Amino acid sequence: MLKHLELLLLVAALPFGTAMAQTASPGDPGEAAAAVTADSLAAIPTVEPEVAAPPEVGPATVLTIQDFPNDAGDHLILSFCESPNPECVLGYLVMRRTPGAPDSLGGQWAAVENVPAGDPTEIVDGYDPDFLVVPGTQYEYRVDVLTIDGRQIEGSAVAADFTPRGELFHTGKLKVLAGCIVFIGLIFYYFKKAQMGHELYLRPIPGIDAIDEAIGRATEMGKPILYVPGLSSIEDVATIASLTILSRVARKVAEYQTPLRVPNRDPIVYTVAEETVKQAYMEAGRPDSYENNSVYFVTDSQFAYVAAVNGQMMREKPATNFYLGMFWAESLLLAETGSLSGAIQIAGTDAITQLPFFITTCDYTLIGEELYAASAYLGREPKQVGAVKGQDACKGIVMAFVTIGIVLSIVDIFTGGAADPSKSLLLKLQGLVDVTSLE
Amino acid sequence: MKRNVPLMIALLGGLLMIIQYFIPHQASQDVFNYYTEWAPLVGAFALILGVGSITRVHVHKIRARAPNWPYSYAVLLPLYLMPVFGLMLPVIMGGGTDGPGFFDFMYSRVQIPIQATMFSMLAFYIASAAFRAFRAKSALATVLLVTAIVVMLAQVPIGDLLGRWLPDTGLWILRFPNLAAKRAIELGVGFGMLATCLKIIFGVERGWLGGAGE
Repeated sequence: MLKHLELLLLVAALPFGTAMAQTASPGDPGEAAAAVTADSLAAIPTVEPEVAAPPEVGPATVLTIQDFPNDAGDHLILSFCESPNPECVLGYLVMRRTPGAPDSLGGQWAAVENVPAGDPTEIVDGYDPDFLVVPGTQYEYRVDVLTIDGRQIEGSAVAADFTPRGELFHTGKLKVLAGCIVFIGLIFYYFKKAQMGHELYLRPIPGIDAIDEAIGRATEMGKPILYVPGLSSIEDVATIASLTILSRVARKVAEYQTPLRVPNRDPIVYTVAEETVKQAYMEAGRPDSYENNSVYFVTDSQFAYVAAVNGQMMREKPATNFYLGMFWAESLLLAETGSLSGAIQIAGTDAITQLPFFITTCDYTLIGEELYAASAYLGREPKQVGAVKGQDACKGIVMAFVTIGIVLSIVDIFTGGAADPSKSLLLKLQGLVDVTSLE
Repeated sequence: MKRNVPLMIALLGGLLMIIQYFIPHQASQDVFNYYTEWAPLVGAFALILGVGSITRVHVHKIRARAPNWPYSYAVLLPLYLMPVFGLMLPVIMGGGTDGPGFFDFMYSRVQIPIQATMFSMLAFYIASAAFRAFRAKSALATVLLVTAIVVMLAQVPIGDLLGRWLPDTGLWILRFPNLAAKRAIELGVGFGMLATCLKIIFGVERGWLGGAGE
């Protein structure tokens, strides 16, 4: 019954559906043409497609071209005035050329900087390695506007009225120069004082005092001494300090006739270390005791070096290990293996990140500056001691400034300077002795 | 002569470098660049001496039949074979550094894994060193232990779960007492370096001259 009802409804709907389909059909061009008569065409007003005219966008103008201060004459500061229609601007192209120069030498306009809209309108030209500013060359600039509809509106060209030149003194480094003069002056003052025979006190450093004891222990045990002069190159000051200590150690070793092993990672350090040890043996009056293979190059690969030295430690079991110089991740690998081998260990480095590892695993550690002072302690030459006293005096000056800074910061809390920077005495002091200009 | 010429070079070079630091002029920068470009050249030539040294040591061991002398072959053979694979053998014979030849195989499948193994051993050494360092044998060692626990827990998510004070305290320790100590050491190191450089420039420190210093 239900099926019949559905069929009945479909049959009833069929004529209506057919009529609707015929009136809406676009597929009959004859009927459509007949429907549009000449009269009706005349009645419809002609509508031209409306193309919006591009909005007027004013150009950007170059305001100033200045020489960059304290440079080699290879930078220029350019400021420009933005377009008066910022809502239509996508960005600015800073164009540059050298008037009168051939195209290959920058005679053509080239985009040296792309400044997005809204960014600062003062730029420094000369950082892009493709468009370097050549000292002594006069440049011409213009700023083109890039609009949001893709147009590039040229600005008017402005020529710099000067040629960039390098300065003969970096005024930003005046404070550094003053600090250097004070520091060098103090060093020389103490050099002189030490040379005149004044007794200068140096506080004892256990690590340095233990060097003789460690060499003596190796001599008694009849085992070699291992000296690692760091893994850095000869340019590193820590390496040079280490080689100075090596000279003193080698002299003692030569006197005691103890075998010495100096594995090296850097070939230049190796050559210097070899000469240093040879000379120390000669000074000790035992040039014949010098073993040709006691100072040797291993490899410049960090962990291959560690593997070689660790292997030597476990095979030969040196009685004393010295690790003096610059170290990185290998510090703990070396020192822990040395500790396992039962050697007495003396370390020294200026690498702050490696100091905890040495302090943990070595018997004595020279911390930071103690490495540099060690040669003065061992030699006790007047000039060397004077240098240590000079650097102590400089540290005293810095400590005085730090103390004054602490006092001023407390004063600022009570006088309101902590909340208002214009009243802060501490900020005024920082402005006076700011060392962040150091490169 | 052997001593004075290097000392004069060091004096002139040192003073030149100090002066050029304060002069930003192009001529000053050119001098600096020219001067520093020499360092890699010297290093390249010194490497020949280094290779000579390691060869001499191990050849001597082999000849003298010193203890563990067979291992010297394990040093000398790769030392001389790797350049042969990389530079002399054509790629078709497994050489060359660009293609997947024998050189590439030895480098990426042998050398790099060995180095990575050495580096990864550091984790175990750190654990061992930490165990030794953090034993509370005295009052100061106990302070170190407690501080270390706080700083370590502050770095991991569980520290935050235990309480917000823990990461804050850890951060405070790192930012203030720890940084103050680091800066004090850095200050001393800086002055020490300056003093050493001055000693070298003015000929007070002559250890770097090797045998010619005295």
